[in-house]
Amino acid sequence: MNIKNKLKQISGSWYFLIIILLIYLLLFIFRQDLFSSSLNFFYNILLKIIPVFILVFVLMSLTNYFITPKFVIKHLGEKGIKKWFFIIVGGILSTGPIYMWYPLLADLRDRGLSYGLIACFLYNRAIKIPLLPIALFYFGWKYILILCFVMIVISVIQGMSINKLMEVKNKENENNENRKFSNFHF
Amino acid sequence: MKVNIKSSKQAIIKAAKGLWKAFPMILGTILLVSLISTLISKSFYTTVFSKNLFLDPIIGSLVGSISAGNPITSYIFGGELLTQGVSLLAVTAFLVSWVTVGLIQLPAESAILGKKFALLRNITAFILAIIVAIITILILGVF
Repeated sequence: MNIKNKLKQISGSWYFLIIILLIYLLLFIFRQDLFSSSLNFFYNILLKIIPVFILVFVLMSLTNYFITPKFVIKHLGEKGIKKWFFIIVGGILSTGPIYMWYPLLADLRDRGLSYGLIACFLYNRAIKIPLLPIALFYFGWKYILILCFVMIVISVIQGMSINKLMEVKNKENENNENRKFSNFHF
Repeated sequence: MKVNIKSSKQAIIKAAKGLWKAFPMILGTILLVSLISTLISKSFYTTVFSKNLFLDPIIGSLVGSISAGNPITSYIFGGELLTQGVSLLAVTAFLVSWVTVGLIQLPAESAILGKKFALLRNITAFILAIIVAIITILILGVF
């Protein structure tokens, strides 16, 4: 296998990481102060997200085990406010950086979760219950309560809009899923 | 409840593979977030707001969109911006877009959840941050 073929096998995300590492290498050469403060920031984030990473891994494993396409169809595939409520609560209760959840959401999407519900989940992640004390300290309970309420309502509107905007693509996926699920014996 | 060992093994392997696939993007994003957070100083935020009721929420949403980091930082920045005389409307748009728009995470979101979805979600979140700010302030009645 020649180098060209080997390079083709490397995914875009690895190129992204290589570019960022090159930027850090340049910083190390030309701006050591910026390099060390960025690295210090990186280290602090990493320390915070390692437990979240473990939690996400456990949740992904549990999801793989329990959330089958049949489960998704039953709870999230049907119409109504129940599935929206389920996803709003999930979004609010989820912890850690947003990008840590992308693999899990991509997995759920492959199992039939609509793009609108994914968008709704991501939007509700903005509401952080553990951080409420500091938010209340700066802005007061009245403001935070109204903001949270407005954000929850808007998250559903965004989800519905995303569903509409992605409709063509969703229909294609739906057909694929139907074909896939037709092989299952419920 | 009976646990199927074979299924649980498969579930764990699948989860590990999923995380490994996202690993370079996650690591790259954390490195990028660290760099941006170090580059953008706190004073930058207080100089960009012009105390214009129409422009400020747009600027607030823009600044929040390009910023990244723990939401706790946005609360502290937001609180300080308020004391600097920046309108609550702008601060609200800033707070909301900080946590709902992810320009820095966009490459990761595109790669894992799809380009079209990532773009649509971030564009609508940017616009909605301004709308959320307006509605919140209207309800609060403190324009």
